[in-house]
Amino acid sequence: MSNSSTPASARLVPEVGLGSVDVVRARLARELPPGALITDRTRLRTYECDGLLLYRVTPALVVLAQDADMIQRAVRACSDARVPFVARGSGTGLSGGALPHADGVLIVTSQLRTIREISPDDQRAVVDPGVINLQVSEATRPGGYYFAPDPSSQQICSVGGNVAENSGGAHCLKYGFTTTHVTSVNMVTPQGDSITLGTRAPDAPGYDLLGTFVGSEGTLGVATEITVRLTRSPESVQTLLAGFRSTDDAGAATSAIIGAGIVPAAIEMMDALAIEAAEAAVACGYPDGAGAVLVVELDGPREEVEHEFAQVQQMCQEHGSFEIRVAADDEDRAAIWRGRKSAFAAVGRISPDYIVQDGVIPRTALAAVLREMNELAERRGVRVANVFHAGDGNLHPLVLFDESIPGQGDTAEEVSGAIIDLCLEHGGSITGEHGVGSDKAHHMPKMFTADDLDTMQLVRCAFDPAGIANPGKIYPTPRLCGERPGKRTEPHPAQLAGQAEVF
Amino acid sequence: MLALTTLSDVDVRDAAESDVVAGLPARLVARPTSPEQVSALMRAAYEDDLVVVPRAAATMLHWAPRPTACDVILDLSAMDRVLEHQAGDLIVSAEAGTPLSRVQEAVRASGQRLAIDEVVPGSTIGGLIATNLSGPRRVAYGTARDLVIGVSTVRADGVMAKSGGKVVKNVAGYDLGKLMVGSHGTLAIVTSAYFRLHPIPEAAVWLRATAPSPRSAQSLVHQAVHSQVVPAAVEIDAHPTGETTISVLLEGTSVGVAARVDRMATALGATTAESPIGDLGLPGTDAQPLLKITSQLSAVTEIAQTAVDLGLHVRGSAGAGVLFAAVPDSVDIVRAVDILRAESTAAGGATVVLRGAPDHLDAWGPVPALDLMRSVKNRFDPQHLLSPGRFVGGL
Repeated sequence: MSNSSTPASARLVPEVGLGSVDVVRARLARELPPGALITDRTRLRTYECDGLLLYRVTPALVVLAQDADMIQRAVRACSDARVPFVARGSGTGLSGGALPHADGVLIVTSQLRTIREISPDDQRAVVDPGVINLQVSEATRPGGYYFAPDPSSQQICSVGGNVAENSGGAHCLKYGFTTTHVTSVNMVTPQGDSITLGTRAPDAPGYDLLGTFVGSEGTLGVATEITVRLTRSPESVQTLLAGFRSTDDAGAATSAIIGAGIVPAAIEMMDALAIEAAEAAVACGYPDGAGAVLVVELDGPREEVEHEFAQVQQMCQEHGSFEIRVAADDEDRAAIWRGRKSAFAAVGRISPDYIVQDGVIPRTALAAVLREMNELAERRGVRVANVFHAGDGNLHPLVLFDESIPGQGDTAEEVSGAIIDLCLEHGGSITGEHGVGSDKAHHMPKMFTADDLDTMQLVRCAFDPAGIANPGKIYPTPRLCGERPGKRTEPHPAQLAGQAEVF
Repeated sequence: MLALTTLSDVDVRDAAESDVVAGLPARLVARPTSPEQVSALMRAAYEDDLVVVPRAAATMLHWAPRPTACDVILDLSAMDRVLEHQAGDLIVSAEAGTPLSRVQEAVRASGQRLAIDEVVPGSTIGGLIATNLSGPRRVAYGTARDLVIGVSTVRADGVMAKSGGKVVKNVAGYDLGKLMVGSHGTLAIVTSAYFRLHPIPEAAVWLRATAPSPRSAQSLVHQAVHSQVVPAAVEIDAHPTGETTISVLLEGTSVGVAARVDRMATALGATTAESPIGDLGLPGTDAQPLLKITSQLSAVTEIAQTAVDLGLHVRGSAGAGVLFAAVPDSVDIVRAVDILRAESTAAGGATVVLRGAPDHLDAWGPVPALDLMRSVKNRFDPQHLLSPGRFVGGL
């Protein structure tokens, strides 16, 4: 997406022109302490991708920020010079949201790791963006609280990254997504201003810029401090693993549970191939011969959990479960979850290459979509393993392939894309938690009209008129910020004249 | 001739005496029946530079400061249909003018509800999105902000746009639904929205305990809020004269709730009740100015004490840190707001005059990130034709 091939003389339009990263490099070399600036080509390459290995771009410059002030200095330098910047936490994102810009600055926040405050009385914690998700819960649990959003990568992902992607996890069916659990963010705007969105209390007056910022994938600025809502630790937690002959049976059990008005803390499903992978990797001891397993977790006051857990077990049995294992203690529970949480990585044991997809469907369409997906995969000669959040219809099909077989990589990508189309046909979404990033920008027009996307760009332009915050992510062809809304949908004349590139 | 009045098949009439917005008379009232008509009307109003204020049931239209002008009331009351209810997916969509009660009626047969309390009777979906008004159950379910999963809007220039969708889990694109919630009709016209639903719990029991004052209710509130018995609501109600009442709602299975009620009742020294004090309604009378005071949880009872000491009647969600306070005639509202604003701001919140602010009082108070909000407004509504003057910083 770089315009480095455009002659410098053609970069005429100030609203979209790329400045020179050399200017930023020289300025930050003066302003930042030694060690905070990486310019060495070999070291820069360490940052060439995030969790999505498919795309790699070496950043022109990396800033290893040690505090919020350094983030602001880096962004200011970029803003003044009209140079793109990309923020990155632990780099666990799976959609290329933190893919660097070749002519830009990568701002790494992973060294900002201080938990600044824990207040159980206020149900709040204040953390740096680089703090690891799980550490928030570990630090707050002794006081009777935890941080509810728990992406599968919670042992390594950062809270700043969670905010950028509005990432979810198994427990968001009951407890909501990251956006529900963030009440305030200190951030640096793409123009280099340090501001606060939201308050410690709920319902901050004014536009809910915080609600828009969460999940904006780094295109509206960089979080420097995050106030999160803490959730009271449940009195009781019960977890079961149920083996089924087929995903249809497991799906029927899921529908029965939801239909009975039970809102589990989590309902996760894995199909035969995903189980095979997990077994190969962590020997989790899932039921033999299962065509699908469900992991169901209930939490809350003990009387509620006991009562509903009995119902859940009964419903699993009624819908064909041939084996149910109830976790007797935390260790058992961890063993059950180990299989589920390791599933993505585990797939590497049964296939040399794979693509992790992240689509959403209305939960009631589950059986139909799984069937169509399998037909699709069979037709194209690739295998698809399924691990997903059954309660909220968030699918994670893993398309398995072997890059060494000519053409199979392309086929896998086509199948992966076709799965997204399938989700949209059923009224779903192109992403439930991994984000659009670099990977899915081209799918956005399938879900949204040009007018919808233009309207989202109004927000982008308000925050980032120069278009330097994580350009090229989320939106396929963002319009130029100088345009009047709603008056034009064709390309900007400056684009047509080759004078500017929209990024 | 105004372009607006030449639209065929769209109901546009001269305003009547009752067509006022916070006391300001309108010139015209347009009553669209579809998003396409809203679009045509907005396009025409945009061409003629007419100021538009949306209205449906008008239950909260007089909230927020008076707009600087009002050429057209966009009356959405004819757009009052529940569009889609997928019980198995726990979602519903409805047009902006649909009364909340009608949505509840539509989903109740499936044992479901939209978990937003009807604090102001007759409220519509559009009104709830515009004001983000919340009731006791927000402790368990959040507010309209948390329950909206998709919105369809018409921009000031007439362009129709949507964001979000009909699935609960979705991170594709910006979450403009949240931007619309609480924006008091100043960014775009919301024509319909998708919400997530919750199952209606088998049992719901209110408990009540009293204390001589808000300050002395602190330990009651603390115990209820931090209990593992998981209350769906923790309400406080305090008068300048009389006792302070703490109401706690427990929801769940019949078996579970019975046991939890016992435990909570013992812990608080509480008794069961049919409802919280005053049911779900706001404190005071409709004629009295109404404040919304937010703060961190640990400061709620102290702020309630300050409000009561100033002579206000306070009621709200001690479990969320959101209080509403009614200001009687005898109280100097400017002084009361000054004091409460200082205290709530120091406690991480804010004090807003929801209703009945005198002209010389800044209803919204200081707001962080106002420059950015202004910039968002300027992008969405460059000519400031949507409810101008009603929102923060005079937007």
